[in-house]
Amino acid sequence: MTDAVTTTGLTKRYGRRTALSDCTLNIPAGHVVGLVGPNGAGKSTLLQLTCGLLAPTEGRIEVLGHTPHTGSPRLGFVAQDTPVYGNLTVADHLRFGAHLNPGWDKALAQRRIAELGLDPSQRAGKLSGGQRAQLALTLAIAKRPELLLLDEPVAALDPLARREFLQGLMSYAAENGTSVVMSSHLVADLERVCDYLIVLVASRVRVHGDVDELLGTHHRLTGPRRDPDTLGPGREVVQASHTDVQSTLVVRSTAPVDDPSWTSDRLDLEDIVLAYMAQAGTHGRDRVLEKR
Amino acid sequence: MIEFHLDARSGVAPYLQLIQQVRHALRLGMLKEGDRLPTVKDVVARVAINPNTVLKAYRELEYEGLVQPRPGLGTFVTRTLAGGDEAIAAHEPLRRELTDWLGRARAAGLDDEDVEALLISTFREFSEERAGRRG
Repeated sequence: MTDAVTTTGLTKRYGRRTALSDCTLNIPAGHVVGLVGPNGAGKSTLLQLTCGLLAPTEGRIEVLGHTPHTGSPRLGFVAQDTPVYGNLTVADHLRFGAHLNPGWDKALAQRRIAELGLDPSQRAGKLSGGQRAQLALTLAIAKRPELLLLDEPVAALDPLARREFLQGLMSYAAENGTSVVMSSHLVADLERVCDYLIVLVASRVRVHGDVDELLGTHHRLTGPRRDPDTLGPGREVVQASHTDVQSTLVVRSTAPVDDPSWTSDRLDLEDIVLAYMAQAGTHGRDRVLEKR
Repeated sequence: MIEFHLDARSGVAPYLQLIQQVRHALRLGMLKEGDRLPTVKDVVARVAINPNTVLKAYRELEYEGLVQPRPGLGTFVTRTLAGGDEAIAAHEPLRRELTDWLGRARAAGLDDEDVEALLISTFREFSEERAGRRG
């Protein structure tokens, strides 16, 4: 199976500010990929590079085997805050979509609008946030894209609207095997819907991989205070904190940690994401311990 | 047909939760041989989870020999976990005895955590003793 997205050394700078630096990734097709990170980490930049709205400053990106370009019928993109045209009606949006997209699935679009209970003659500006997001999703999936990109689609929605949006998105993905990449801060939502995760902090990819694999290889170790470098090879310390007597480490390790002086706990996805975010914030600070 | 649900705070991986719910339903006789499991699309549309999670759970159940996919028709239960009619018939009286016991525990001043701890430790001792006798 070809990769949905492949990037090599992908970098995007706006003047002197680097939005994304040296990003090398391959996202296998057929996954629902979560893109997480704090505000300004480069999530929107990566998504806009992926759909061809931005051109890279350095490096390469291939999407579904080709250089991305805007207007590709194989890509669906829902931008941040799910924009729609406030003065146009729901029916106008569907006509617009049909006109612009050769592969437009009229039946799918109309079925979704009916299922959602949207009035076709309603102006989009009068829709609720949840309805607007659902309309934007309908426009993106009626193109029948092979890859669907969503930038913070549920951030502004209440919990019920969020759940309904994800239900719609997941049933579409289940039916069509579409690859999905969505950014979000809401790790709890991503934990349900994603099977692949990319953590982006301060313009860099900190970790990416299959969710089950990430959950299986990250551990929290607590034990008497000691130098984390004594853990041995094959164990990457993601985060370390120390008190006078105790060390708490988050490590990535493929082999189980069988040293009995450590207590090993499993981490959930949110813990793992937070550990990588904290690592980016305090990089280098814990190095002091090595010199003791 | 059963309906799945997810407990986000349980710390148990979503696909394992689905497997546990099927096993649980089989054990209680809510699912029987020949019953159809919800389609992947039904599950994701209801629970809002990743379709691959559902597929993974169903594959695992297939591997355990509990279900069998039939292309174009769905996934069907091939084996039950309830120990036959006799075992199911024993559920009700056992449940009543357990309810009485819980009433006595509450009357003796045990709270929920006490009861849970006592049940788990007794259950563990009992299982270990049995295993010891067999070995």
